[in-house]
Amino acid sequence: MSAQVNTAHSHISDPGKSKLPLEYQTLQGQMNILGFWIFLGAEIVLFATLFGVFGVLGTRYAGGPQPSDIYMIKEVLIQTVLLLTSSFTCGLAITSMRQGSLKGLIGWMVVTLLLGAGFLVMEINEFAHYVHEGATMQTSAYLSSLFVLLGTHGLHVTLGIGWAILVIIQLLQRGLTPQTATKTFIIGLYWHFLDVIWIFIFTFVYLKGLVVG
Amino acid sequence: MDINITEVRLMNIKWDEFFVTGDPLILGAQISIVLAIVGIVGGLTYFKKWKWLWKEWLTTVDHKRIGIMYIISAVLMFFRGGMDGLLMKAQTSRPELNFLDAQHYNEIFTTHGVIMILFMAMPMLIGLMNIIIPLQIGARDVAYPQLNALSFWLFFSGAMLFNISFVIGGSPDAGWTSYFPLAGKEFSPGIGNNYYAIALQISGIGTLMTGINFIVTILKMRTKGMTLLRMPMFTWTTFITSILIVAAFPIFTVALGLMMMDRLYGTHFFTLSGGGLDMLWANLFWLWGHPEVYIVILPAFGIYSEVIATFSRKRLYGYNSMILSIVGIAFLSMLVWVHHFYTMGSGPAVNSVFSITTMLIAVPTGIKVFNWLFTMRKGKIRMTTAMMWSLAFIPNFLIGGVTGVMLAMAAADYQYHNTLFLVAHFHYTLIPGVVFAVFAALYYWWPKVFGFRLNEKIGRWHFWLFVIGFNMTFMPMFFLGLDGAVRRSYTYSAETGFAPLFLVSAIGAVIMASGFVALCYNMYWSIRYAKRENEADPWNGRTLEWATASPVPFYNFAKLPEVKSLDAFWHMKKHNEGLELHEDEIEEIHMPSNSGLPVYMGIVFFIAGFFLVFEWHVLALIAGLGVLLGLALRSFDYDEGYHVTKEEVKQIESSWRTVKGGRN
Repeated sequence: MSAQVNTAHSHISDPGKSKLPLEYQTLQGQMNILGFWIFLGAEIVLFATLFGVFGVLGTRYAGGPQPSDIYMIKEVLIQTVLLLTSSFTCGLAITSMRQGSLKGLIGWMVVTLLLGAGFLVMEINEFAHYVHEGATMQTSAYLSSLFVLLGTHGLHVTLGIGWAILVIIQLLQRGLTPQTATKTFIIGLYWHFLDVIWIFIFTFVYLKGLVVG
Repeated sequence: MDINITEVRLMNIKWDEFFVTGDPLILGAQISIVLAIVGIVGGLTYFKKWKWLWKEWLTTVDHKRIGIMYIISAVLMFFRGGMDGLLMKAQTSRPELNFLDAQHYNEIFTTHGVIMILFMAMPMLIGLMNIIIPLQIGARDVAYPQLNALSFWLFFSGAMLFNISFVIGGSPDAGWTSYFPLAGKEFSPGIGNNYYAIALQISGIGTLMTGINFIVTILKMRTKGMTLLRMPMFTWTTFITSILIVAAFPIFTVALGLMMMDRLYGTHFFTLSGGGLDMLWANLFWLWGHPEVYIVILPAFGIYSEVIATFSRKRLYGYNSMILSIVGIAFLSMLVWVHHFYTMGSGPAVNSVFSITTMLIAVPTGIKVFNWLFTMRKGKIRMTTAMMWSLAFIPNFLIGGVTGVMLAMAAADYQYHNTLFLVAHFHYTLIPGVVFAVFAALYYWWPKVFGFRLNEKIGRWHFWLFVIGFNMTFMPMFFLGLDGAVRRSYTYSAETGFAPLFLVSAIGAVIMASGFVALCYNMYWSIRYAKRENEADPWNGRTLEWATASPVPFYNFAKLPEVKSLDAFWHMKKHNEGLELHEDEIEEIHMPSNSGLPVYMGIVFFIAGFFLVFEWHVLALIAGLGVLLGLALRSFDYDEGYHVTKEEVKQIESSWRTVKGGRN
């Protein structure tokens, strides 16, 4: 959801005098941010459904591998640290933006994306490991729901990285304007959201799997 | 029909089975599709209309034009779904007919259900919302005009993908609910049900975007003075419906995604083997599916509220209780899904809970019915066609509601379940509830959109044929159901004694269809011959859409109206405030530019979806990259729109009212 054309008043007030942060200065910016929050609400329903499915199918092993057979908790912990740190650096990026530092913003965004990419590489390794152990998506209902839950999150991270790169290019081209600030702020929201989802995955998939499974 | 369209593997399709063959009905359809395409392409080329079509319609981001495109598509889908219905009625008109075989019948009741709910009712209502909501809240467009166009094109591409199934590859045949394990690969090995999973996914994304768009539009784009508690009831119902869409559609997204995983990639979500759980599908489906029926019924309630208030010349009775009722209905709609499968072993405790929540819905609905009745009390009622549809709605919908309470009782439901009693019940809710509302809305808002009314006399024919036909079709089905006639059965034996009622029902269907023909003729007649009145306010309306010209100028309002009370336009007329336009009030108006991207996205989604249906994964992946390309292009699109000059606004406004000189 990128910047849209204004159809009502372009500016709520003169941007130079406004106390509002850059991303909130146009009505369209405000609407895009609100719309994205609502979209995140839809995303919560989507992930809640996937968690529900995992909750129902998560113990139906069909004679196949169980959580304790396949989970690599050390790697998962590193993944978690990577993603949580990336959420922190993403926060620093938005803080830099609020301070008007384009350099700081882009620098922290790049760090965020590198951490995200590191997370992704580890997740792909994890999937490869599972398949190597004979635990594929087709093995059991438990593994189907595991792969789809993790995969949906991983796909979100992948798309987020691609999207953020596009936003960084636009920041380089245009600098900080109300439009680019709105886009940056929105991808920040998205990134934090993915982090929150991961906390639930870490708790309800991995930790619970090791305790119960 | 050839159902052995199996073994369609990666790039390994048997071309002789690509087109569905062997059925004269399908052959006829194929020929007429080819002829229609040739006719449309030839006509556009001959009259040199391609450029006009592209510039004025396909790339438009104007909410009114998008609304019109939604409604045209929905009317076409109504025709398709109606044909399916007529075929079913023909097949069951006599015992042991062989007009359709069992497989063909399965496909037809599946596509009838899907098309009528998702590709007729939904787009019809979303089209009306598109046209009316920005006008009712005094805005110049929706919050995201281009996203709005994308929503339309995703719906359209999903609808087209679903519709080609009956000539290419075979239709889905597991019912509109597509219950597992029947809908799984084991029991439905063809590609028909792939169409279901993928086409509905594509149009579902569009619907979700519509929901977000209207929430933000209604929250952020209301004109000055339009507080939440001054919003017209259609706007309120649209708002609550949009929230329901955002809350419910992602569940369907997941369910369809998992269905696709099961069918295409061999996972075990809903399968009988590998630990899968078929009941999980039923739960997920109805967790979305029940809110979905309220998603279509709430805007319809909004339409009745507008029409009844206008033609009773009274303020809507019990405005606040109306809002509380729709909020209550929306809330309860998320808590009743198990009532769709009481008989599938949930146990008495669970069934009782859902039985009670289901019956509770009758309370806010009852409040609404009484409010409509009290709105009419002592009102100056005008019997226009729109009002007649609204009046017919109340008793007919009541029958649907009362039988709904009967079905809500879990113990009794063991008797009604899977019979035609249920089928009659939900047709009595959806047809008076939604279809009558859509008809009322067409007659009511038509002059606003086009500047002339639909013919009231042909409207009477449309009304009586449809209402009588409807009751003749579905009333017998209550009794057939109570006598034990099961749904989705393609035939019955003469010994059952069902034959007379089935015949009455079939004749009723023909009468109802002739009502639809009368509507189409009415549109044709009115477009050709109706007097171009161009009256801004033909019905003596109460809400802001009547405050601007008919047809509505592309910028909606030259001067955004200021709202002082509920029924804003009525207030303006009573107090003679804000009706005039002075030259010095005219400002430059900022409007969004057209865009070809939404059309492009619709096309690549269609192609990617088509390849996925046939499980040609490499091609689907390539088309998927086209989707990403479209998103990237959109990200770099900084089009700021354009400005309409004061002179142009003045010129357009002068064509329907006097623009007074400056007041200073």
